[in-house]
Amino acid sequence: MIKKSVLAVTTALSLTATNAVFATPEVEVLHWWTSGGEAKSVGVLKDEFASRGGEWTDMPVAGGGGDAAMTALRARVLSGNAPTAVQLKGPAIQEWYEEGVLSDISAVAEKENWDDLLPESIASHMKCEGTWCAAPVNVHRVDWIWANAAVLAEHDIEMPTTWAEFNLAAEKLQAAGVTPLAHGGQAWQDATVFETVVLGLGGPEFFQQALVDLDEAALTSDTMVQVFDQMRIMRGFVDDNFPGRDWNLATAMVINGEAGFQIMGDWAKGEFLAAGKTPGTDFLCASTPGDGFLYNVDSFAMFDVRGSDKEEGQMLLAELIMGQNFQKVFNLNKGSIPARTDVALDDFDSCALTSSNEMAASAEGGSLLPSYAHGMALRGAQSGAITDVVTAHFNSDMSSQDAVQMLATAVKNSM
Amino acid sequence: MTVWLERHLPKMVLAPSFIAILIFVYGFIAWTAWVSLTRSRLLPRYDIEGLIQYERLFAAPRWDTAMNNLFIFGTLFILISMALGLLLAILLDQKIRTEGAIRTIYLYPMALSMIVTGTAWKWMLNPGLGVEAMVRRWGFEDFTFDWLVNPDMAIYTVVIAGVWQSSGFVMALFLAGLRSVDEEIIKAAQVDGIPTFRIYTAIIIPSMAPIFLSAFIVLSHLAIKSFDLVIALTGGGPGNATDLPATYMYAMAFSRGDIGQAASSAMVMMAVVFAIVVPYLYSELRAKND
Repeated sequence: MIKKSVLAVTTALSLTATNAVFATPEVEVLHWWTSGGEAKSVGVLKDEFASRGGEWTDMPVAGGGGDAAMTALRARVLSGNAPTAVQLKGPAIQEWYEEGVLSDISAVAEKENWDDLLPESIASHMKCEGTWCAAPVNVHRVDWIWANAAVLAEHDIEMPTTWAEFNLAAEKLQAAGVTPLAHGGQAWQDATVFETVVLGLGGPEFFQQALVDLDEAALTSDTMVQVFDQMRIMRGFVDDNFPGRDWNLATAMVINGEAGFQIMGDWAKGEFLAAGKTPGTDFLCASTPGDGFLYNVDSFAMFDVRGSDKEEGQMLLAELIMGQNFQKVFNLNKGSIPARTDVALDDFDSCALTSSNEMAASAEGGSLLPSYAHGMALRGAQSGAITDVVTAHFNSDMSSQDAVQMLATAVKNSM
Repeated sequence: MTVWLERHLPKMVLAPSFIAILIFVYGFIAWTAWVSLTRSRLLPRYDIEGLIQYERLFAAPRWDTAMNNLFIFGTLFILISMALGLLLAILLDQKIRTEGAIRTIYLYPMALSMIVTGTAWKWMLNPGLGVEAMVRRWGFEDFTFDWLVNPDMAIYTVVIAGVWQSSGFVMALFLAGLRSVDEEIIKAAQVDGIPTFRIYTAIIIPSMAPIFLSAFIVLSHLAIKSFDLVIALTGGGPGNATDLPATYMYAMAFSRGDIGQAASSAMVMMAVVFAIVVPYLYSELRAKND
């Protein structure tokens, strides 16, 4: 009896919903942008969505750098009730696509001409077997080196353009009693430094072979041995108290002049700006030595939903995410640059302009590469296996030859 | 009716919890065992592929580290906690005046969660903030105590924090055991002029064997499932130097999307627990049947 009346009510409800001429576009968005600036940025999207007549259900899951959100997502998908859009990036999008739960938003993408607006390599992350299944929000650059301008001037040091120059500069700072490299001993931070060294010493082509294609010959090559040698040298430039330190505390060391350099993605800029420092005069930003551009692109993957209100909401959301206004406001708040290349950058600072110019240049030269340390190049199991070796080497006295052998074995074992 | 009810009421009352345990404990153990035989990645899959996940697990150096750490941490944690707990219990048993207050003080760490213990010890052991910095400021410039940041020694800091947390609890267990020893025997021994030390080693401690066993079982399962302490204290670092099986499993299941690997490591952890608990249960049950 109860069952029957429930059925009747739901049919009645769905009838009224389909009878309505304009269904209200609905979205439920799962994300972990909960800290101050990020929450504000999401708020922009929320307001735009509401002003177009949509109904936004927020599902923020904080904690664990997205681990907690992924657990929530898994539960939702397994129970057959996926959110409309989920903050996902890189190969994780394809992984979820293979589970058969992503939807196709090509209609919006083609209408808005996303193919012409996005660099090709970034667009490829948003496509699942040729159809669009995700919308990009921003481009973070990972291979940045930050420096305290006053400390460098005091010791007469220029921004290094090769790793050899970096080592000389660091030795000079060390002799003067300044910590050369501010670093936090967490696995992902070790991996961030590692990938910039791979790019710098090996070049873009080697980076592609080793950390994207996982070519065994590249992983065990002499170049990789040199990379680990450089990591061992860099270990000497770090202060003794580094294990477990959070990245923003390492940035604070550069801000306060306790340390000279930090290698970190452009989210570090937010810390400098929040401390009232000006790019170019108080702190310096430059790409790490070597050619190329490592990107970390945040995006929203679109999950399969039923019902015209939800489908409509999904399309509208995708359109707004790629809209000029959101791309500009969001990235001004977050310190990254817009993913679409036609946004006016007048309000952005000099570091963002450098980033944007170099992205355009490297996209043409084929050296626009996905960051492995931030989950853009490889799936979780493979990138995790590499990180295990990198961090084990960095935190012990393992020889570079042993590390290279371990790297090849670990990658094979993770398949 | 009442007779029927009387006879069946206990079963009816127990049935819900019995079913819940059957499903949520044993059912999910079986599910995990199944998944550990598949190639599950992001979501569970159910096609059995054999022992591939176990082969991967035993080939992973990080798992080796985790098992070695479990061995070091488990052994030291159990031995030191028991030794310290027994010593404290014996000292408290000397009919001292403020026993109640002192007992409470020693028991209090047990009231804290492991996360709090781990965070507090992280600050105390941090070379730049804690003990090392303090002693250096007293004027001993060469003093070093950098275990927390030294990959070879970091696992011992986990032991220190774990022992601090648990030894008070072990003390309470032993204190109850000491009190349960028959006063008459002790008095008889005292009349015979046997020294106190001998009374403890020859009479009291041997008669407390069951308490030792319970303390051992409680501590060993605490050691094997240890997770929050390591996460708060070292985050598994430096590098992976303080990984334990539980942190390995968490990383595989929730950070890396490698559910099959996580399931196989969970099964191995369960086997370790069984290796300890089954002999205990066996001896307990046999004793009852005799």
